[in-house]
Formats: sequence, C-alpha cells, structure tokens
Amino acid sequence: MADPRTNIRPKAVDWRLWRQVFASRSLAIGLVLTLIFAGAALISLVWAPYDITQMNIANKIKPPSGAHWLGTDHFGRDILSMIMVGARTSIAVAIVAVGIGMAAGVPLGLWAAARKGSLLDEVIMRANDLVFAFPSLLIAIMITATFGPSAINAIIAIGIFNIPVFARITRSGALTLWQRDFILAARVAGKGSARISVEHILPNVTNLLIVQGTIQFSLGILAEAGLSYVGLGAQPPTPSWGRMLADSQTMISFAPHMALFPGMAILLTVLGLNLMGDGLRDLFDPKLRRGRT
Amino acid sequence: MLRYTLKRLVSLAISLAIASVVIFLAIEILPGDPAANMLGVNAQEDTLAALRDQLGLNGTPWERYSSWIGGMLTGDFGTSYTYRTPVAEMLGERLWISLPLALYALTMSTLIAFPAGIWAASKRGSVADVTVMGVTQIGVAIPNFWFAMLMVLVFAINLRWFSAGGFAGWDAGFFAAMKSLTLPAIALALPQASILARVMRSSLLDTLSEDFVRTARAKGLTRRQALWRHALRNALIPVLTIIGMQFSFLIAGAIIIENVFFLPGLGRMIFQAISSRDLIVVESAVMLLVFGVIVVNFAVEIAYALVDPRLRAR
Repeated sequence: MADPRTNIRPKAVDWRLWRQVFASRSLAIGLVLTLIFAGAALISLVWAPYDITQMNIANKIKPPSGAHWLGTDHFGRDILSMIMVGARTSIAVAIVAVGIGMAAGVPLGLWAAARKGSLLDEVIMRANDLVFAFPSLLIAIMITATFGPSAINAIIAIGIFNIPVFARITRSGALTLWQRDFILAARVAGKGSARISVEHILPNVTNLLIVQGTIQFSLGILAEAGLSYVGLGAQPPTPSWGRMLADSQTMISFAPHMALFPGMAILLTVLGLNLMGDGLRDLFDPKLRRGRT
Repeated sequence: MLRYTLKRLVSLAISLAIASVVIFLAIEILPGDPAANMLGVNAQEDTLAALRDQLGLNGTPWERYSSWIGGMLTGDFGTSYTYRTPVAEMLGERLWISLPLALYALTMSTLIAFPAGIWAASKRGSVADVTVMGVTQIGVAIPNFWFAMLMVLVFAINLRWFSAGGFAGWDAGFFAAMKSLTLPAIALALPQASILARVMRSSLLDTLSEDFVRTARAKGLTRRQALWRHALRNALIPVLTIIGMQFSFLIAGAIIIENVFFLPGLGRMIFQAISSRDLIVVESAVMLLVFGVIVVNFAVEIAYALVDPRLRAR
C-alpha cells in the first residue's frame, strides 16, 4: 500500500538499520568478533575438535600443527578445544555479572532519580561513591578468599561492582528525562512516579543501558580472566582463559603458543565487545557520531 | 571555598568510617581460626586460648573494632600472626615497592597519553588519529598480565635486557631498582595510557568546538595557537579526574602484576596474607589502600574546585 502523497512503500524488513550497522566499521568488526566467540562457546556445547577432559601425555606441548591447529598444552590437551570451552566460562561469568549489576543498579538509579535531592538519593549516590573508592579487584579477591575460589563467587564479586555503574548511568539518564514535557504530561494524567519510571523513563534509558552493558561485559571478561589467573576464578577441571595463561607462565620460554592463543582470545573478545559498544553508541546517538571518544 | 572544603572533609570522614566497618565485617566472616592456623592441628586447647588472648581475638566485635581503629590512628597497625612482626613495619617495607611502582606507571601513562591524545585531536580524522585510536582500542582490550607475560618472553627471556621477575632492592642503587620495576610499570601503564589518551582526545575535541575557541581563531590565532593557549587548559579538567581515579586502578592492578613479576609489594602481601589467614595484615593493608584512594579522590575534587569555581556552588 503506497502512500499517495509521498509514494513511499512500507517495507517488511528495515534494511536501513542493517545498512547503518555495516556502514559503521567498528560496529561491523565488533559484531563479527563477538559472534565468532559466542559461536565458539555455543558450538563447544555439542562439539569440540577434541575431548578436553582426556589427557594425552605422549602428545604434550606440541606447537600448532594440522592435527592441533593451536597446538597442545602440558597435558596434551587440544588448545583450540580448551579455548572454545573456556569461552563458555568467560561469557557465562560476564553475562551473569552484568545481569546482577543491571537487576540491582537500574531500579536503584530510577528510584534515586525519581526522588532527586532526597535523603534516599543522597544515600544511594554516596554508597555508590564508596563502592567506587574500593579498588574493585582487591575486594573481588577478598570475597573469593572468604567464600572460597569458584566461578560463582567470581561472578558475585564482579557483579557487585557493576551495581553502582548501572545505578549511576540510569540516574543520570533518568534525571534529564524527568525535565521533559512528556513526563509532565504523564504526571498530569495522574501517574505516580513509580509508574512513570517504569513506563516512560526505563524505555528511554534502554539505549544507554545496552551500551554500558556491552562495556561492563568486556570488563567482566577481563576481570574473570584476572581472577582465574591468580587462581580465584573457575576451578579445575573447568577450563578458563585466565587459568590457561597461569598454567602456561612457567613454560613460556619453550612453549610460547600456550600463552599466546588464550591471551589472543581474551584480547579479541574484549576488543570486539568494546568496538560493538562504541558502534552502538554512535548508532543510538547520532550527535556523538564520527568517533568522539 | 572553605565551605566546600569542609563539606568534602565531612564526606571524606564518613566514607572512611563506613569503609573501615565494611572491611572489619568482611574480615570477621572470613572462616578459619588464626590461632589454630599458627599452632597447627595438635595444639592444646589452653595454648590456643592463651594465643587468642595475646592476639586480641577474644572480646566483643565492638571491642576488637575500636582497638583496631584506635591502633591505626596512633600508627599501631597490630602484629602479623604469621611473621610476628609489626604490620606497620611490613607495610612500610612493601609500600616502598608498590608506591614507586604506581607513580612510575602513572608518570609513564601520562607521558604517553598526553602527546598521543593531543596529537590525535589536533589531526582529527587523519591517519595519525586513526592509528592512535586503533592502538588505544587494543591497549584497553589487552589483559595487562598477559601483556606482562609477553614482555617477559621478549625482553627478559629472548633479549635478556631485563630480569624476568623479582626486585633488586633500593640498596642496589636507584637505577637497578627502577630497572626491575620497568616491565611491571609498562604493563600497568599501557591500559591506563590508552584510556587517558582517549579521554584527552575527546575532551580536547569538545573544547575545540566551543565558542571561546572560535573567538580566539577569529581574533587571528592559528588553530595550533588556539589549541595550546585556550583549548588545552580547559580540556584538562576531565583528564585530571581520570588521573585521580587511575591511582586506584594502578594499586589494584598491581596485585596481579606483582604476581606475574614476583614483586614483594603490597598487593602480593595482601594476597599471601589472605591465603595464610593473616587477617590483621589484610585488614590494615586494605584499609591503608582504601584510605589512599579516598584521600587522592578528595585531593582531586579540591583541585577541581580550585580550577573551576562553578563546582563550589553545588
């Protein structure tokens, strides 16, 4: 059905969006990198080149070859398979940590913005400042040391530090929205501030949250790798990129491939997520376009 | 300004008080009895009780909290359970590695980030800009302990320019000591320099599009003169905040980097103290770090208000 005035036909698929996605170099590269690692993690659920629980001492510390594309480790396990399975750990930890941060931080931020200047707002924001003041890694180490090293405790430790990040970004986004006319209209219509926050403010800060979520996701992967590296993240036999690096450290002089590939995996995943975050921000907020930051 | 400073001071004191309670409570729930840990499994019950008494582990939590805080305020940080030496002494020793390391890394990151950020902003869109942005994108994404391992492989194992780990000690001379801190400092500085360069660039680009820069150009200054004389100073404000915040990242990041290079610094000490349940060391060292971070942030806020009078009104 064509509109006779403008002669524009409605389209089934909005190709403009996809064209924009691929016109932005960082978004396209970021998306591809992220999909590669997410895909590797998903595929590893059903299939991996080799069984990583199987040791093969005769075949240990082999450089990359046709049979083992990325070589084998000190137990003769296939490094490519380990990286694929390890991607699962990293992604799972980071997703849940971002989830914790959003689940607690977003309501707090909305609440603080709705009661701006009140004691509640002050308490929430001061508590945020306090969490920021703690060197996060140090507290993560304390938490994992208290409750024992495990992937779950690593998730909680990383998640706690995501809460103030999301609370702050939600609050600042919401504060500008509260000044807008459509919120005033909703007020006039008799809606309470809780309902306005959920129905009108939240949908309008979603873009901000998606962008911040991508960034926190990549920081979560880095934090998980760091905790696993010092032995406080996922425990054996769960493979994780950080622990693969810790294992490789003493052998780096004669088996550099063992250190090289897990590190590349972390670097490329984090790079992909960061590029995607930058690209999404430009896509959502054209005012910031042309790579200001 | 006085009013503003007093307000910030009160908020500083509250933050410190809450931080100390949080740290104390976190340590309280740490499982394991330090006395049993020190004496081993065959210890007699009365010996254990005597040792607990000596370590000040008896008494209500409130008594223990107030004696800990009271001690810290007078410079008595308690005695380490495992080493039997005053914690203050241990902290002092370790601080002489961690603090120079953090400052070294901070200096390095600033010296790299400022020129890179200014260069990229002044040549926006050029090959130089794209290169700086690309390199910093990688710098932000690289896990610094992995970068540290690669540097050890190249500069310590293959080229033999540096030692792979350990600390030469300040007795070995300033340059020998600094040399053993160089690879760790680079590893710490790289991600920070990348972030700082990006902030410097975007802040400078924001200021360059302000009206006062246009006015400066209109009165006949070249783009370059306008940048150096007017834009740069105004662009520095957000950059200073980030530098203040990076101090805490450098201290925390040092825990992992000190592990890579086997540096006997503060981070490594905390890490070892947690595993040996040397709680008093953990408590005091973490409190000292948080104190440092909060005071640095306070100093940055005050400096900020001195530069920008608009902030005092808030």
